[in-house]
Amino acid sequence: MKLMAPVICLLLFTPAFGKIIPVGANEAVKKIGQAVQAAASGDTILIKKGVYYVENVIISKPVTLLGENRPVLHGSDKYEIFTISGTGVTVKGIHFTNSGYSSANDYAAITIIDASNFVIEDNILTQTFFGIHVANSHHFTIKGNRLVGKTKSEQTSGNGIHLWKCSNAVIENNNSSGHRDGIYFEFVTNSLIKENVSHNNIRYGLHFMFSNDDVYSKNTFEANGAGVAVMFSKRVTMNENIFENNWGPSAYGILLKEITDSKINGSKFYRNTVAIYMEGANRIEISNNTFRENGWASKVQASCSDNNFHHNNFLSNTFDIATNGSLVLNKFSDNYWDKYEGYDINRDGIGDVPYHPVSMYSMLIEQNPNSLLLLRSFIITLLDKAEKAIPSLTPETLRDDKPRMRQLAI
Amino acid sequence: MLYDILRSKVIIAYTLFLFLITFSLFQLEADPGKAMLSVLNIVLIVVPLVSMVFSTIHYFNSYEFIELMLSQPVSRDKVIISEYAGTALSLSAAYLVGVGVPVCLYNFNATGISVILGGCILSIIFCSLAFLASVKSRDKARGIGAALLLWFYFALIYDGLILIILFTFSDYPLEKLTLVLSSLNPVDLARIFIMLNMDVSALMGYTGATYKDFFGSGTGTIYTFAVMLLWIIVPLLLATRSFRRKDL
Amino acid sequence: MIKIEHLNKRFKKLHALADVSADIPGGSVVSLIGPNGSGKTTLIKCILGMVRADSGNIYFDNKLVHKDFKYRNRIGYMPQIGRYPDNMKIGQVLEMIKNVRGISEQELDNDLYEAFDIESIKDKSMRSLSGGTRQKVSATLAFMFDPDVFILDEPTAGLDPVASEILKDKITKEKRRGKLILLSSHILSDLEELTTDIMYLNEGRLQFFEPISTIRDITGEKRLSKAIAKLMQHGFSKDEMNSTSTHQTRIVS
Repeated sequence: MKLMAPVICLLLFTPAFGKIIPVGANEAVKKIGQAVQAAASGDTILIKKGVYYVENVIISKPVTLLGENRPVLHGSDKYEIFTISGTGVTVKGIHFTNSGYSSANDYAAITIIDASNFVIEDNILTQTFFGIHVANSHHFTIKGNRLVGKTKSEQTSGNGIHLWKCSNAVIENNNSSGHRDGIYFEFVTNSLIKENVSHNNIRYGLHFMFSNDDVYSKNTFEANGAGVAVMFSKRVTMNENIFENNWGPSAYGILLKEITDSKINGSKFYRNTVAIYMEGANRIEISNNTFRENGWASKVQASCSDNNFHHNNFLSNTFDIATNGSLVLNKFSDNYWDKYEGYDINRDGIGDVPYHPVSMYSMLIEQNPNSLLLLRSFIITLLDKAEKAIPSLTPETLRDDKPRMRQLAI
Repeated sequence: MLYDILRSKVIIAYTLFLFLITFSLFQLEADPGKAMLSVLNIVLIVVPLVSMVFSTIHYFNSYEFIELMLSQPVSRDKVIISEYAGTALSLSAAYLVGVGVPVCLYNFNATGISVILGGCILSIIFCSLAFLASVKSRDKARGIGAALLLWFYFALIYDGLILIILFTFSDYPLEKLTLVLSSLNPVDLARIFIMLNMDVSALMGYTGATYKDFFGSGTGTIYTFAVMLLWIIVPLLLATRSFRRKDL
Repeated sequence: MIKIEHLNKRFKKLHALADVSADIPGGSVVSLIGPNGSGKTTLIKCILGMVRADSGNIYFDNKLVHKDFKYRNRIGYMPQIGRYPDNMKIGQVLEMIKNVRGISEQELDNDLYEAFDIESIKDKSMRSLSGGTRQKVSATLAFMFDPDVFILDEPTAGLDPVASEILKDKITKEKRRGKLILLSSHILSDLEELTTDIMYLNEGRLQFFEPISTIRDITGEKRLSKAIAKLMQHGFSKDEMNSTSTHQTRIVS
């Protein structure tokens, strides 16, 4: 019983009262595996500067692994480096590199499984297959890490931060690049993705599936092969994100597929091939966003309904809205369209004639993509003007009845 | 060898016209990107038209001069080439000042530079075409008629034909054909060259990427300029050849 | 000096020159006569290389003219209607041609420039000139560079009597210096006293090309205009031609 008291104390005040186990070439403990084995709950393993070749250290007790002057943990291109489970593990200040690759398993630099209340913070991960792979875990934070993958093909690279079956996660202020997907969410609920930068990934900056009741905000998704995909999810709030330079035959600022009751607001879409692509999307509110210099500000497929675009700025986009159907079940109002040529006699700031954001030419391109090469030619200008005068191809009811005369301050 | 004074009056008017239009576009439009769209229309429609008509009228107005020169010990090639060089030079100079200066002031970026370059080359190309049309025509009226027809063809009809082809044969893969067809029209070529900067986002979309990959690459740029160069040289060469045999 | 071989030129249906051959020696003053539209100007323009013949050759000093342009250095040409760039001043036109010819001031023949007092009008623009003044400018240009051959298309037409006299004197002077002078005219009386040979064109065909003395002998007329009128009516007979022709001429009756 005499022993029990400090143990309880330790459990209660873990960080403050654990002992510190230094690891390093000049220390008593040379290997991280040894230190983990030796450590008790609440201990801090202080990894000194140096290069450590690590073969999958399994951490399943509440310890803190803290790097001093950023030690390098090297996986010899064969092994996973850390596998974490249980509760209360913290990993901080370490550089993970050269973790193994497997075509059968999702090898990651840090694998976390069946864990909770852990923190992965301020680490650098380079030359990894998967960066941080989390499965079946809850209430955790992944924060301030920098992840750089081995940019290879889609098949041979893994995801930066990969979450599967998790809840109550906070993914914050990470920088992920060179992976297949920068951040990957599947079956993740009640989580927050905040202030991350995900760029130059082969496929998606953020790949988001079957995940309800999540929020992502103030992230930047830039130059990813296919932008951001949000699919098969409900009640997702997306605000104040920046989507830019996502170019390619199937690249989107955001791809929305089978998603309902969500919000996209306060975001900036800049120079994407398609800023928002919607398929089977219902009851999405898209407001206070700025769409600038995109190929298409939005492609709304006929399978979408009850979406509401309001108070957005559409500036210098090649096409504002494109659609493949004639049935219009979505609402557009109070947006500023820089292509609007109407007038405002009563000077209330709202144009007196409706704006039709779908041009004849954008309908032509949907039918015949090759005609894109005629963009901005005289004949196309004439066709568009003729269509404006006598609409025949474009859906008459797809219109903004209250187009703003002036750009909205967003 | 070129003493031309009347020309400068018309050229100055043209320069002023371009300058005022371009300048006021940038003034009226808060967003320079949107103003560039209108500038693009000037480049693709007005510049070829004016270059064509001006060159034709100028050629026929210089007929006395040409006649005088040819009674002197001067070769025909030299006469026609100097006439051409003078006209092409003044047209492109007018364009550079009229459109180039405001664009540099308001929108000096890749799009701006491509617009300046594209319009300048179009001025020269349509001057070449106009010389060919003029040398082949017997009088001024026919010359201007031919020039207008050519302009109408390149600015409008040609693209209309492409559109018809695209929709008639939409079941076939037409990427390569479209690519080849568009390089057979200098206006299309200039337009694509400018679009590569202006609408790069849209061009990255599906088939657009094929074009972007081609025209945006080093080879594509060389190809574009080579074809444009051909559009300058070939009509001029034909005009020179025809001029050698022309009766004055 | 100028040799023409089987020259043909058609303008659509009009046969402007039909198989014209002639050998014009240096030192002669040839009057090219014929009705309006007979092909005089076309022939002159062919010699100058301004009109390209459909077939046949022209040699200038034994060199084919359409292969070359430098021979025009040796020709002074005065067109029937002098057409000049409207916007240029007389002085500018003269300067420009001087530049083209590349002849130094000392070598220039300024006789007509002074006689017509071009100096006083050199700042006038071409647009404002009367037909006569234009002709003065044309004549001045033709004689300015002291060429070996003068081709003068209707030189006295449109000139006032004084100017006409000045020009005739100048032509006489050049004739004495042994220059070849080819004059075209539809009226002959004017230049009768200067002419050594007559070349008569009708409907594109060269009817005859003979020395004046021959023509006088054949017709027995002293006055040239009468002699020619007679020839036009009766034609040249073949025998007469064989016995008297001194030039290579094709005669059609």
